Amino acid sequence: MTRKQKRMLKRIVAAILLLVLAAVLSDRLILPGYVRLILYLIPYLVIGYDVLRKAFLGVIHGEVFDENFLMAIATVGAMIMQEYGEAAAVMLFYQIGELFQSYAVGKSRKSITDLMDIRPDYANVMQADGTLEKVDPEDIHIGDVIVVKPGEKVPLDGTVLSGEGTLDTSALTGESRPRSVREGDEVISGCVSTSGLLNIKVSKEFSESTVARILDLVENSSLKKAKAENFITKFARYYTPAVCIGAVVLAIVPSIVTGMWTVWVSRALTFLVISCPCALVISIPLTFFGGIGGASRCGILVKGGNYLEALAETKTIVFDKTGTLTQGVFEVTAIQPAKNISAEALLETAVMAESYSDHPISRSLKAAYKGTVDTSRIKDVKEVAGHGVTVQLDEHKAAAGNARLMEKLGIAYDVNHQVGTIVYVALDDRYMGSIVISDREKTTARQAVAGLKAQGIRTVMLTGDVERVAAHTASELGIDEVHSGLLPADKVQWVEKLLEQKEEHTTLAFVGDGINDAPVLSRADIGIAMGALGSDAAIEAADIVLMDDDPAKIPLAMRISRKCRRIVYENIIFSLVIKGLFLILGAMGIANMWWAVFSDVGVMVLAVLNATRMLRIKKFKTNPVLR
Amino acid sequence: MKKKFKIEVDCANCAAKIEAAVKKIDGVNDASVSFMTQKMVIDADDAEFDKIMKKVVKTSKKIEPDFDIQL
Repeated sequence: MTRKQKRMLKRIVAAILLLVLAAVLSDRLILPGYVRLILYLIPYLVIGYDVLRKAFLGVIHGEVFDENFLMAIATVGAMIMQEYGEAAAVMLFYQIGELFQSYAVGKSRKSITDLMDIRPDYANVMQADGTLEKVDPEDIHIGDVIVVKPGEKVPLDGTVLSGEGTLDTSALTGESRPRSVREGDEVISGCVSTSGLLNIKVSKEFSESTVARILDLVENSSLKKAKAENFITKFARYYTPAVCIGAVVLAIVPSIVTGMWTVWVSRALTFLVISCPCALVISIPLTFFGGIGGASRCGILVKGGNYLEALAETKTIVFDKTGTLTQGVFEVTAIQPAKNISAEALLETAVMAESYSDHPISRSLKAAYKGTVDTSRIKDVKEVAGHGVTVQLDEHKAAAGNARLMEKLGIAYDVNHQVGTIVYVALDDRYMGSIVISDREKTTARQAVAGLKAQGIRTVMLTGDVERVAAHTASELGIDEVHSGLLPADKVQWVEKLLEQKEEHTTLAFVGDGINDAPVLSRADIGIAMGALGSDAAIEAADIVLMDDDPAKIPLAMRISRKCRRIVYENIIFSLVIKGLFLILGAMGIANMWWAVFSDVGVMVLAVLNATRMLRIKKFKTNPVLR
Repeated sequence: MKKKFKIEVDCANCAAKIEAAVKKIDGVNDASVSFMTQKMVIDADDAEFDKIMKKVVKTSKKIEPDFDIQL
């Protein structure tokens, strides 16, 4: 509890004791009216002086019609009606409710900050005498060398200068997948070193480091308000004056007709107490805040309540293929030797032939080859543009390239119909076989698409790849619709076309890896960038940022957003229905002041408790895809 | 120029009202108040920023007497 809250708690306890005392005294003794008034006035003022003050200041500043004003009018009115006990008790319960609310909000605020506990407290700097000194990360500059010991957070982004170790990225990605780093590797602040001592050369100031950027993003997200939040603000602007006028009418009109002024004024006061809109006003930002906090714990950074809200309305998700659904890394996926040729010999010949090239194809061949590449065996390298390469390998003539190369050299070959880039290999004009190189689907991609389909979402894939490859990937993953052979500009056009096609009141999200798809990310209703760890461009361009490159995070984000929307709707409907019901009961004289205060505080407590459900994110983590 | 301030505001409704009122101040291009993070962001003209901030504080205190800001 903060100091303010503790002081309020003391006031509440004191007021309860004084109120009980007043009740006992006026019950046991026959007291004149003014003594009873004073007896009740003491607890009333102890608990409510600040409400009265704010109500008074509000009136002076022309800011009538807030909660303080409602409570002040209602309780002062009750005092005038000589309902002293009610007046003091109503104020007491109102303040208990306020304290609870402030406590609950403080609690959620803290648990979110704890969740995002990635801010490093210090950085170790090596001193001239070899000892380590702890320095504020903000005082470290680019080029400084810092030391990270096991168990410590990496405080700033940088490159490993010396040392080897493993890093735990779970604080950033929500997934504890250890990553081993060694000399020359880039490291990102916010990771925790689990083993090994690392000397890191700092490459970014603290304010530009990943940690600072993420914290900034999460903090700013609550400044971008969801439509529901703005709706409630607007609603409150009309609602409070409306109920005040309603109360005045209720106090005057029936009284003139019936002549029973006390009855109707008392009902009007009850009406005022019930009408307090605090439950709505507090629970909605709390829900969005909880949702954004919970999501960021899972490695999903949402840049604003409005995006979380829009994501819940998403019915179309457009994926970029390479780097999003597939790994974007080319690998040897099949080796098909010709008759009487071993797979090893085929691969070796291919690797040797391509060894001088730095083409992705050559790199993936090298990655698949287990032996060492001895380039001294190669002579006379001839690249045939658009075809492949021919070399002198030992005493033989080797050739590796596409079908056109084989045709050009007049070598008979077997056409390989597999999907991907096919490398045909020949040795001394004899066909040796073919190797398929293709992009691998991410292991969770299929699961992610299935998860989205289960939520009734139309999935579209856009790619620059040729149709055959694209169609193959799409059918493997279960994507509904695919458009291939697209240039980056075509992707924008396709997204625009899909935006026109979508149903009204639904949104379209585009998922990309943040590399050259910034225009598409910003054109879609919601731009989702993945694999953002360390990519500033992606964090900049997207509305929702996935810290790692796991597509399964997308259905998870959808679930969080829908849960958030559900809680918001629940709270709006629940509060309004209960309020409306009690307003009617109050006007009819069935609900008295006690009912009024319980309904007001009760609704608020329930709405706040419902909103804090958003903070419980454990379930999301253990069961990311299933609904 | 855009600047972020740490603020103290006790109720969510006041935060919303402050946001609406501050947005209307002359020279303020945009403003946002977050009750949850207790932050206020003011986007205002460079030259008169300090003068505008004085108005911001005055307006805010009018709505919520307990409003506090770390300038």
